[in-house]
Amino acid sequence: MFRSILLGSVVFGVIGFIGFLIYAHEPAIDPITQDNPQGFDPETVEKGRILAAAGYCSTCHTAEGGAPFAGNLPMATGFGTIYSTNITPDVETGIGAWSQVAFQRAMHEGVDREGQHLFPAFPYNHFTKMTDEDVDAIYAFIMTDVDPVPSVQKENGLPFPLNLRFLQAGWKLLFVDSGVYQADASESDAWNRGAYLVEGVTHCGACHTPRNALGAEREDDRFGGAEVEQWIAPALTAANPSPVPWTAAAFAEFIETGSAQLHGIAAGPMSPVVHAGLRELSEDDLNAIGVYLADQDGAHDSDAEVAEIVNASLAEGQPDKSYRMELGERLYATTCAACHYNVEQIVLGRPDLGINSATRFSEPDNLIHVILNGVTSPEGIPGVVMPSFRTAMSDEEVAAIAAYLRASRTDEAAWPELSQKVSTIRAEATASE
Amino acid sequence: MINLKINGRDVSLDIDPDTPLLWAIRDDIGLTGTKFGCGIGMCGACTVHVGGRATRSCITPLSAVDGAEITTIEGLDPNSNHPVQEAWRDLQVPQCGYCQSGQIMQAAALLKDIPDPSDDDIDAVMTGNLCRCMTYVRIRSAIRQAADGKKGVSTDG
Repeated sequence: MFRSILLGSVVFGVIGFIGFLIYAHEPAIDPITQDNPQGFDPETVEKGRILAAAGYCSTCHTAEGGAPFAGNLPMATGFGTIYSTNITPDVETGIGAWSQVAFQRAMHEGVDREGQHLFPAFPYNHFTKMTDEDVDAIYAFIMTDVDPVPSVQKENGLPFPLNLRFLQAGWKLLFVDSGVYQADASESDAWNRGAYLVEGVTHCGACHTPRNALGAEREDDRFGGAEVEQWIAPALTAANPSPVPWTAAAFAEFIETGSAQLHGIAAGPMSPVVHAGLRELSEDDLNAIGVYLADQDGAHDSDAEVAEIVNASLAEGQPDKSYRMELGERLYATTCAACHYNVEQIVLGRPDLGINSATRFSEPDNLIHVILNGVTSPEGIPGVVMPSFRTAMSDEEVAAIAAYLRASRTDEAAWPELSQKVSTIRAEATASE
Repeated sequence: MINLKINGRDVSLDIDPDTPLLWAIRDDIGLTGTKFGCGIGMCGACTVHVGGRATRSCITPLSAVDGAEITTIEGLDPNSNHPVQEAWRDLQVPQCGYCQSGQIMQAAALLKDIPDPSDDDIDAVMTGNLCRCMTYVRIRSAIRQAADGKKGVSTDG
């Protein structure tokens, strides 16, 4: 009995495996030859250029310093490094031998012309949402406007058995919802257009949706934010930490210009997405993406609430006024403290003004005299001088220093009419010369 | 006639006693390492030592220093190897360099009086020496390094 169960299991297993291999098998599609003329109308090519930009194909399919679309950009996937492929129309090393049907199959099903399953670093799980017409336009653009560049793809660094491409058929079965985007009749045209673009060609979720252990986007946390190349691709949901909600207008502004007034800028991996990509879309399309994304985070265009948050933040950012010391303290710090500063012990010739009688007399005369005229070499300690601030400071400035010392170093009453006093002493000294 | 000693050399100057010391140092004595910055004693670029004290020479009249001993950046060390100067080079402190002779003279005076200054001490004493290139962090590091190097060594800085 046990043996027959075991045998049955093995037989089932073998049959299942063979069945899977049959399931996973994809036929090769015949190559086309370069002399097979493919004429595309300029409008289609232009549409394809815009869509290829919106999908920022060249961002991944171009190595640093390499020819556009020629591939070999290393991508660290967490399973191993994968190199992007050459999608220029080069016949030998690119997709020059691919028919339109082969290109459609790659975009929609993640299978290359020869029938090999592609790794999902290529986000065909999004491109499957695109219409044939849009996919064909990209094909027309690549075949017409992209220069063929011979460049052999480097060998991927995936370990066994992850490098077995037929296993990808199982991954697809589990995680890919194939088929063109179906409009939601309960939503607006703009919302549906935005959804079509976001879920399809712009493949926002490829970075902004966290992935599960097998590297698939988590359906239960769509646009929940994820780490990409040591950068944070922020949540596009209410989980986004920005205190100012991302409105439809903010999203549209951001993906058109690379920045939004109340938000940050497109930097790091997001920079090429905007600057070499999304901004090529029409204004209607950009707005549609905004409408769809704003629905993900639930933002309303409520100006009052936003103004409150912004004003609070602006107030927080004001410099601390207590840091701006009063004039006397500032002048003391810059002109006096270079000498009149002591630690632990008072150095002869560095008088501490807090215990100096000049700051404690009922009249400020002595202090003012010294500030105005300094101390000459024969006075005080022979050979040690204090500069004369007569020509350096106004009456008000000298008065401010005196007032600051009196207030901060002593408990004595403030000297009245200090500025006038400085003026009088300055005039006396001048007259006596 | 004003008589003074500058960098160990006796000098007699027969010029207007109201002339700022800085003018005399640069134009009459010919030592141009000391710089003219603001002219009102608020930037520290003109700092020299008078009687061993850091002194703003732009607002110190010549008459005030009759008989005094003055040290300028040229005389701080015969080989320009005062610990502050060494630290200055080690840490590549200067950027445009205009303020540095004043900074170094102020720092040398600081370390003489306060051999092991805290950052707050450094900030308090050096606040009057402005650096338009904002190299303050390196200036402070250099003073700290010079202080560490000087510990236990007596100098006449």
